[in-house]
Amino acid sequence: MKISVNVNGCTRESDVEARTLLVNYLRDELGLTGTKIGCDTSQCGACTVHMDGKALKSCTCLAVQADGCDVTTIEGLAQNGDLHPMQQSFWDNHGLQCGFCTPGMIMATTALLTDNPNPDEDEIRHGLEGNLCRCTGYHNIVKAVAAVAQAGGD
Amino acid sequence: MAVVGKAVKRKEDPRLITGEARYLEDINLPGMTHIAILRSPHAHANIVSINTEAAAAVPGVVGVYTGQDFMDVNPLPCPWPAGGPDHPNNINTPRALEVEKVTHIGAGVAVVVAEDRATAQDAVELIDVEWDVLPAVTDAEEATFDGAPQLHENAPNNVCMEWDCGDQESADAALTSSDVVVRQRLRNQRLIPNPMETRGCIAQHEPVNGEYTIWMTSQAPHVHRLLFTAFIFEVPENKVRVISPQIGGGFGAKIFMYPEYVLTTALSKTVGRPVKWVETRSENYIATTHGRDHVTDVEVGANRDGSITALKVKTYANLGGILSTVAPGIPTTLYGRMLSGAYRFPNIYCHVTGVYTNTGMVDAYRGAGRPEATYVVERAVDLVASELGMDPVDVRRKNFVPGDAFPFEPSNNLLNGLSYDSGDYDKALDMALDMTGYEDFRAEQAAARAEGRYLGIGFSTYIEICGIAPSAWMFGEGWGAGLWESANVRMHITGDVVVTTGSQSHGQGHETSVAQLVADELGVSMDQVHVQHSDTLGTPFGYGTYGSRSTAVGGVAVWRSLQRIKEKAKAIAAHEFEAAVEDVEYVVNEEGVGSVQVKGSPDQSKVVGEFMGIATSAAGGWSLPGDMEPFLDETSYYDPPDCTYPFGTHICIVEVDAETGGVDIKRYIAVDDVGKVINPMIVDGQVHGGIAQGVAQALWEGAQYDENGQLVSGSLMDYAIPRADLLPSFELGRTETPTPNNPLGVKGAGETGTIAATPAVVNAVVDALSHLDVRHIDMPLTPSRVWETIKSHSNGGNS
Repeated sequence: MKISVNVNGCTRESDVEARTLLVNYLRDELGLTGTKIGCDTSQCGACTVHMDGKALKSCTCLAVQADGCDVTTIEGLAQNGDLHPMQQSFWDNHGLQCGFCTPGMIMATTALLTDNPNPDEDEIRHGLEGNLCRCTGYHNIVKAVAAVAQAGGD
Repeated sequence: MAVVGKAVKRKEDPRLITGEARYLEDINLPGMTHIAILRSPHAHANIVSINTEAAAAVPGVVGVYTGQDFMDVNPLPCPWPAGGPDHPNNINTPRALEVEKVTHIGAGVAVVVAEDRATAQDAVELIDVEWDVLPAVTDAEEATFDGAPQLHENAPNNVCMEWDCGDQESADAALTSSDVVVRQRLRNQRLIPNPMETRGCIAQHEPVNGEYTIWMTSQAPHVHRLLFTAFIFEVPENKVRVISPQIGGGFGAKIFMYPEYVLTTALSKTVGRPVKWVETRSENYIATTHGRDHVTDVEVGANRDGSITALKVKTYANLGGILSTVAPGIPTTLYGRMLSGAYRFPNIYCHVTGVYTNTGMVDAYRGAGRPEATYVVERAVDLVASELGMDPVDVRRKNFVPGDAFPFEPSNNLLNGLSYDSGDYDKALDMALDMTGYEDFRAEQAAARAEGRYLGIGFSTYIEICGIAPSAWMFGEGWGAGLWESANVRMHITGDVVVTTGSQSHGQGHETSVAQLVADELGVSMDQVHVQHSDTLGTPFGYGTYGSRSTAVGGVAVWRSLQRIKEKAKAIAAHEFEAAVEDVEYVVNEEGVGSVQVKGSPDQSKVVGEFMGIATSAAGGWSLPGDMEPFLDETSYYDPPDCTYPFGTHICIVEVDAETGGVDIKRYIAVDDVGKVINPMIVDGQVHGGIAQGVAQALWEGAQYDENGQLVSGSLMDYAIPRADLLPSFELGRTETPTPNNPLGVKGAGETGTIAATPAVVNAVVDALSHLDVRHIDMPLTPSRVWETIKSHSNGGNS
């Protein structure tokens, strides 16, 4: 099936199998391997991207459903070589260790702050429910998100 | 400016936060094929026949294979039988694919190679296996009973090995003469590691020269190459190159050799094309190793003054249906030998029975034996406090190894010749109590109880055995190789320094902490230091990253190479300035710039770039001493004299909801002493993550098998790894007691949290319910389990 998706600002025309998930389309067809696959039950959130400005687990969406949509992946977050404030904050606050959940975490938390620019700690933790991290105990991820919110968001 | 001891931001992070890092699944090769493995749906069954015809006929399938096709490939080795080379262990290890029978669900029996992954997965479902299903047993103690299903012919009553340490006679005598003896059965439930990246392997075979290149998710690429070459394929080391790309967490589970790695590698030769296998999360639950799974009966004796007289422990350790790489070593050496904890127990005895059951393989999971030991010790101390009506803090202080007793050798030769290096256990406890405000807590607890609210506080004054090494000692414990580490340091003409190590970071930040060490020693900037690991082709041999050993063992190898480079630089300067080498010093100025200079003559000095230029090319007309080889390039090997022994105090405060049994962690305070700290930000991060995993064992996680050996908790929907909203922010403190066992004074920080946290949480919940006469609840302390305990005790029942 033919689809046209605006990915990180570029229009991409592809012919995909109907069963292709958005995450496989991004990784295998477009080579955007920053988006990760951590599970097969839509629990871990490692594949979180933005579709039309909202956070989406890209394993819960078929590629054909993204036809005509705007998709942003971790590769599209930095602008003109400048890190997004959330990327910078994860780095500054040691919000990552192995880095595997990190692209999904960053995509999820940027969307979180779009929805709620001034979350308290409980709201940040609640907002992270859909993303699993096994390394950090979430302590420094929460700190990284709070730091961006405090600095005035993105 | 010195950088050791500073919270330097990680050098590895830019590629990780931008999505540029390449993990195994992100790597693709031209002509690559993909595989899907047919795994046993039965926990215990004989394989009668396998029909692969329908699968082989699917368009896009390259080939279908069974275990019979790999009989020329050796079974996987088990290089750590418990108790030493002469101790009886009934060893059974996996093959690339099982041939005659399976002893756990998930064991591979056939494989499809196809042009793409989906085709392989579709075709594998068409393979028809005729099974002779056998009765299963999943509990380690029950598996030893007469009449239990028998898994392996060479293991009567399913016993892999019996092992003990300490002195049974003296422990029994002391228990008999103690004022009180407390007995308790403790279940340390099975855990599933769940690194966020599952396992995977890509193998490529070159028919011309017979060489394999294997990309794999490995915490120990050199060990994997050693096992591939010397044991499994019987080819020389130069025929196998192992590359461990960016690794998405391991927690022990990526140390081991697995059947899928052997299968993928063998297939690359069979099909003559690169082969890729990436584990699904569902496969990860049934095919990757699990951890813990002990049933322990503990007897602890004490006198009325709180002094503990004896600890006697009998443990059934569940090893799974077949042995993983170092399975027997974990519940023996790394468990029994740590049962003295932070205390001067005068009499200790531990007996372990390692048992086969129809469950997944069990091996090292973060902490590996030491969390299980800490759980026994810290629960036992609380049981004594409860029995004697004493404050658990007072019982701990009464039995601590005092600060002036180091080096301290636990009783009954428990450590088999090693001894605790250094410590000040009271100091860490004092700091944690101060941070907690313990004096006020008991009044707060009493007031809350009056309102029907159940507050509790739990302590864990733990020690660890880290920097796992001395090769000779480990050989005596049964480990069949060395445990030294190595490092190469090379200074280039540009002034940049490249370090290669056999350690293998999988999230720990070695590229940063090792660079800090190098920057300070040589006087170069962090940007000039490049730490490389991961590829057996370009790095010296190392045994890998686990057991909190990468800095305490691998870091010291780096340090030794740095000293050699400095000595050579001094010799170059001495020659140039016509000074005696004793009169030349290597100095790093306040700006962090290193130079060699004649003592007292700052004008007779050469900074890093200058002396490196001389060493490389005699730049500027300078010359080398006549007998000196050019270049600054030094390799060192380090085998420490003893392990290291971090310690600390973790305190957990909980509120238990009397109506629902839910446990809410109000505060978590941790004071850890990991010796000298190179990067406090990285150490804190290690502690955070470890606490989360330790808390998770206490409250939520636990693998569940049904009576047929089916893994009921086989997905992230069914197995409760913690989410952000379940955990609090942690309050950390630190004392710093260097180890005398290595020149850096470092002890190791990777496993602190998982070793300390679990009993702190359980002790807190039991304390919260102590007024109901609750003495113990088995983990995980789920709401239903806690609620049932409250109900049974509120009604006057017994624990």
